[in-house]
Amino acid sequence: MKLVGISTAHSVVEPTARTRGIAGALVVLYAVVTLVPLLWIILTGFKTPQDAISYPPKVVFTPSIEGYCNLFTTRSRQTPEYIAALPPADGACEKVARDANMVVAGTSNYIPRFVNSLIIAFGSTILSVGFGVMAAYAFSRFKVPAKDDLLFFILSTRMMPPIAVAIPIYLMYRELGLSDTRLGMILLYSAVNVSLAVWLLKGFIDEIPREYEEAAMVDGYTRLQAFRKVVLPQATTGIVATAIFCLIFAWNEYAFAVLLTSGTAQTAPPFIPIIIGEGGQDWPAVAAGTTLFLVPILVFTVLLRKHLLRGITFGAVRK
Amino acid sequence: MIEAVATATPPPLAKRMRGLSDRSIAWLFVGPTMLLLLAINIFPLLWTVRLSFTNFRANRPNAEVLGVGLDNYISVLTDPDIWAAMQTTAHFLFWTITLQVLLGFTLAWLIDRKFRGHGFWTTLILIPMMLSPAVVGNFWAFLYQPQMGLFNYAVAALSGVPPSSFEMLGSVKLAPWAIVIVDTWMWTPYVMLICLAGLRSIPATIYEAAEVDRASPWRQFWHITLPMVLPFVMLAVLFRGIENFKMFDMVNLLTSGGPGSATELASITLKREAFEKWRTGYASAFAVILFVAVFGLANIYVKALNAVKNR
Repeated sequence: MKLVGISTAHSVVEPTARTRGIAGALVVLYAVVTLVPLLWIILTGFKTPQDAISYPPKVVFTPSIEGYCNLFTTRSRQTPEYIAALPPADGACEKVARDANMVVAGTSNYIPRFVNSLIIAFGSTILSVGFGVMAAYAFSRFKVPAKDDLLFFILSTRMMPPIAVAIPIYLMYRELGLSDTRLGMILLYSAVNVSLAVWLLKGFIDEIPREYEEAAMVDGYTRLQAFRKVVLPQATTGIVATAIFCLIFAWNEYAFAVLLTSGTAQTAPPFIPIIIGEGGQDWPAVAAGTTLFLVPILVFTVLLRKHLLRGITFGAVRK
Repeated sequence: MIEAVATATPPPLAKRMRGLSDRSIAWLFVGPTMLLLLAINIFPLLWTVRLSFTNFRANRPNAEVLGVGLDNYISVLTDPDIWAAMQTTAHFLFWTITLQVLLGFTLAWLIDRKFRGHGFWTTLILIPMMLSPAVVGNFWAFLYQPQMGLFNYAVAALSGVPPSSFEMLGSVKLAPWAIVIVDTWMWTPYVMLICLAGLRSIPATIYEAAEVDRASPWRQFWHITLPMVLPFVMLAVLFRGIENFKMFDMVNLLTSGGPGSATELASITLKREAFEKWRTGYASAFAVILFVAVFGLANIYVKALNAVKNR
């Protein structure tokens, strides 16, 4: 905080070149320090298990695909004689495994878990944005009784600790046969996300002038037609931004996933931490799984950067 | 758009009359959202309240369920473990919010100096807050490993302490700080982004007027910048406060509440009671208390926030 004092010695309206330089250097320093942990994980994905746990930590190392191989396969240990008697290895991962006296025994669960994450994230996003855009339109344009109370109620569902909701959901899903199903998770994440969707989309729809629909309705459109052909196209940016926020939430969610899914519907976040090799956690495989899991988020962050502020504050702060 | 609408052939009058009334559309549009929330949020919440007055255990669905009145609430409120968890949560909340506000505001102020490339660096800084908290907790557990972990190594390189002389996650004294560090790493960008919006909302004319009046930069900072950014900071604190009060995922993977119960936040205690000890009724009572606490505190806070905003 000392820096604030130093730099305000210049005009706040137009910072001097020196202020700018110092500010820039400090921000770049922060960005670099804060990204080192992330880069380290990406690097660890390309290390051998030995390199990953060496001391001192290795910055320079020979890259290996062992982490990614271990992420996607399961292996079994064999005697050197058995391996020597096998036909030549087909595929890079088989070769890596044999170098460690193992053979590839099958595929791991990472891909099914990743696919679950995709299905559940997209399914719940479609549902919550679909419901959300309708409710948002109604709240934006019509006189809904007790509108403010309803909106606040929708927001307050987001304040509940997930574990508190998980207890009855766990019992309810057990009764309904929704435990460990993708449908159950889609419904659950939709319910969590719909509050965000309603609040964000209401903000976006509020910004579309009512005159557009009114003009269309004067021309003979019904209210529903005006909604479909005038409001929805105008709100595309807002809908896409909202959808990405819902996707990110569902993609990242862990508490419900770990408590309510164990197999067929398990998503990647509860799975990645339990990737273990012989003798404890297989860090390169975990790092590889983490890296692949984070790539979509990095892309979305760049796509969303203009709407981030709105999304993270439920539309309370707009620019 | 307008053109497209204007050139489209208007549907015949009869069809227009068949259109639904605004009132029924309103109900039709709000209905699905309300149904979803009632089924997956409100109904479970009411169920939790009901369970909180019983001795039900989810792992013994066939055992007789007895009403126990307020017993669960009394045992929760007199349980020293619960109060220890609340203290741990308070420590976590206080330090994460303090550090994030200080760092976040400083960063926002620096970025608002509009140096070359500030947009690019801002986007980079935002990355940690977009990541999955669970995955973050998991990889920080790797960074915190004594000996081979990057964190210990970096601290050793900067301070000269041997890197194997301390365990961030294994020591009762350090573990509460380990979770504060990761949360701050992850969420400082969040506070920064909101503060930045606050700084940018201040009209330049106010500063120009202050310059004309020859107000010192310090006075400008204290009397213009801080008061005008305050509502934004308070909003960021509200959101971070609610989120960290509920904190589960990141800490569960980093420490699972350990060592012992050094980092056992309220949500982790709740999970242990509900899904490990299977004391469903007791856990439900605790859940209700937590929800009432968040809800009550958030309401009071929003009133304060509005008071500041309308000053």
